[in-house]
Amino acid sequence: MIEVAQLSKTYRLGNQEVYALREVSFNISKGELVSIMGPSGSGKSTLMNLLGCLDLPSGGSYHLANIDVQSLKANELAEVRNKQIGFVFQNFNLLPRATALENVELPLLYGRIPQSRIKALDSLDKVGLRDRAKHRPNELSGGERQRVAIARAIVNNPSIILADEPTGNLDSKTGVEILNSFKQLNAEGATIILVTHDPSVSDQCPRTLFMMDGCLSKDERKPVSEVHGC
Amino acid sequence: MLIFDLFKMALRSLWSNKLRSVLTALGIIIGVASVISMISIGEGARKQTLTTIAKFGTNIITVKPGEKKSRHVQSGKVDTLKLEDAYAIEKHISSITGAAAQVYKNAQLKFGNKNSNSLVRGTGEKYPQLSNFVLEEGRYFSREEVQTARRVCVLGATVVKNLFGDKNPIGEVLKVDGNNYTVIGRMVAKGALSWFDPDDQIMIPVTTAQKRLFGMDYVQAIDIQARNIDEMEKIKDDVKALVRRRHNIPEGKDNDFYVQNSSEWLNSWGDAAKTFTFLLGGIAAISLMVGGIGIMNIMLVSVTERTREIGIRKAIGAKKREILEQFLIESVVISFLGGAFGIGIGIGISQVVSKMGGWDTIVSFQTILLAFGFSVAIGVFFGFYPANKAANMNPIDALRYE
Repeated sequence: MIEVAQLSKTYRLGNQEVYALREVSFNISKGELVSIMGPSGSGKSTLMNLLGCLDLPSGGSYHLANIDVQSLKANELAEVRNKQIGFVFQNFNLLPRATALENVELPLLYGRIPQSRIKALDSLDKVGLRDRAKHRPNELSGGERQRVAIARAIVNNPSIILADEPTGNLDSKTGVEILNSFKQLNAEGATIILVTHDPSVSDQCPRTLFMMDGCLSKDERKPVSEVHGC
Repeated sequence: MLIFDLFKMALRSLWSNKLRSVLTALGIIIGVASVISMISIGEGARKQTLTTIAKFGTNIITVKPGEKKSRHVQSGKVDTLKLEDAYAIEKHISSITGAAAQVYKNAQLKFGNKNSNSLVRGTGEKYPQLSNFVLEEGRYFSREEVQTARRVCVLGATVVKNLFGDKNPIGEVLKVDGNNYTVIGRMVAKGALSWFDPDDQIMIPVTTAQKRLFGMDYVQAIDIQARNIDEMEKIKDDVKALVRRRHNIPEGKDNDFYVQNSSEWLNSWGDAAKTFTFLLGGIAAISLMVGGIGIMNIMLVSVTERTREIGIRKAIGAKKREILEQFLIESVVISFLGGAFGIGIGIGISQVVSKMGGWDTIVSFQTILLAFGFSVAIGVFFGFYPANKAANMNPIDALRYE
C-alpha cells in the first residue's frame, strides 16, 4: 500500500540546508496497524505530512496505492488526500460551525460523491454517533469529537488512515476507547498509521517505526500475542 | 464541491457573523443607494429641464449681443443690439411669424402694502405668441402702446398671487420701482422650473422698459419665431447677414452678436444636465468603491481568522479553486445583498426627494442594472485578493495556525 524509498525532506535555514527527514525507507502493506514513535524533532511530523500528501518530499520516492505522489500537482495532491487518505488530528480539527453530520459529509462533497448524506450517516453509525449527527462539535465531548473525526476520516473508504497523536488531547479512559475504535477499523481491514509518543499506544500496535534525528532508527514488529496485552 | 454547497457554506458563515456581515454590506448599501438616488435626481433634473425648455417653443431663434465663445458663456459688448434691429428683422426676413425684442431686469413691484421683487420684461406685442404664454384675462399691450411707450403691464400668475391674492388685478395700478403702471392683463400659469419661475414676472412694452424704467438704448435679446422648423437654418443665415449689414461689420470681422436656436439651447442644457448627472453619479461611485474596500478588509480578516478551517478543508481534499470560490462567493453574496438593499433604499430616497423637493426623479432600469452590476463586480474585484490568499495557503501551516 505504501512504498517509501530514500525519502528525504530538507528545509533551508538561511544558507544552511537542514534535514528534517534523511533517506527513510519502509513499506506498509494493506491492513497493517503501524505506529510511528519518536521524540519531538525526530521528523515524525514531517514524515506524517509527506505520507498524508500535505507536502512533497525533497528526495526519494513515495508511492501510495501505486500512485507516484512526487509527480503530482497541487490539485492532484488534493484529490489523493480526498480519496486515498483519512486524517485524524490531535485537536480533532472539526469545523466548529458545522454539525457532526456536515463535518463527516465534507470530504464526500469535495469528492463530488453522490448520496453523501446517507454515506455520512453510515460512517457516524460505525463510530456509534448516529444519534449525535445534528450536534455541533462544541456540544460533544472530546472523545465524541474524535470519533466524529474518525468517521470523517473513513467516510471516503481511504487507502490509509493517518492519525496524528489521536489520543493526545483525551483522558486515558477515552484514549483507550479511541484506540479501540482504530483497532476495530483495522480488524475490518483498514490500513492505519498512528503517530504517537505514548508507549502505551504503540504497545498495542503490531508494528512500530521508531524515528530519531530524521532517520528511521528501528522497525519493530511484535508477535501477535504481545499486542493484545493491554 | 457543488456550487450549491458552496453557497450554503457562504451563507452560513455570513449568518454566523451577522453584525459583521451587515456592517460590511452597509458600505455597499450606502454606495448603491447613493448611486441610484443621485443618478435618478440628475436624470429627473435633465428631463424636467428639457420638457420645460420645450414649453417655450422649439421654433424660436434668438439673437443676442456679444459673441458666443463657448457653451453659455457670453462675452464682448452687451449693447450692440438695438430695437431697430428687431424691427428690421421683422420687416425684411421672410418665413417668420414675428420677432420680439426683449429687455429684462428685476424690479420692485408694489401694490397696496404688498411687495415683491420680480422680473420685469420689456417686450413687443408678439411676445406671448413667441414664448407660448397664454392670456387668462384682459389683454396684451398693442403695437401702438409699444410705440408710444405706455405705462401698462401684464402680470404673471405668481405675481398676481403674491400681490393681489384673490382680487382681480385688471385695471388696478401697480407701482414698478415707484412708478405707476396700469394692469391690463394676466397670464395663465406656465409652471415653475426648479431654478426659475416664469410666472414670477410682469411684461411691459419694450420701449417703456428702455426709456422709462431701465434707461438703456439697447435690447438684451431678440426672439424670432420661424414659420416652420425646416427653415430655421436659412432664417439664421438671413438674420446674420441682415444684422451684420446693419451693424456695418466688414467682411472677415467677427459678429458683435450671435444667433442661436432653441434646439441648440436645449442640447446644451441637456449636456449640462448630463454632466451634472455624471458628477453626482461619480461621487456616489466613490462611496461604492469605499464599500468595496470595506469588503476586502473584512474578507482579509475573515481569511486570517479561518486559517485553520482552510487547512482542514485542504487536508480533506479541497482544491485551490474550491477554496477560492468559497470566499469569493461570500464577498459576492455580501455585495449582491448590499446591492439589492441599496437599490431599494436608493429608490426610496429618490421618491422622498421628488415628494419633498417637488423635483422629478427618474429611476431607470439601466441605472438599477448599472448599480447592481457594479456592486457585484466590486464583490468579485475586492473579494478576489483575499480569496486567492486563502486558496494559496499551505495546508500544513494552515493546520498548525493557532
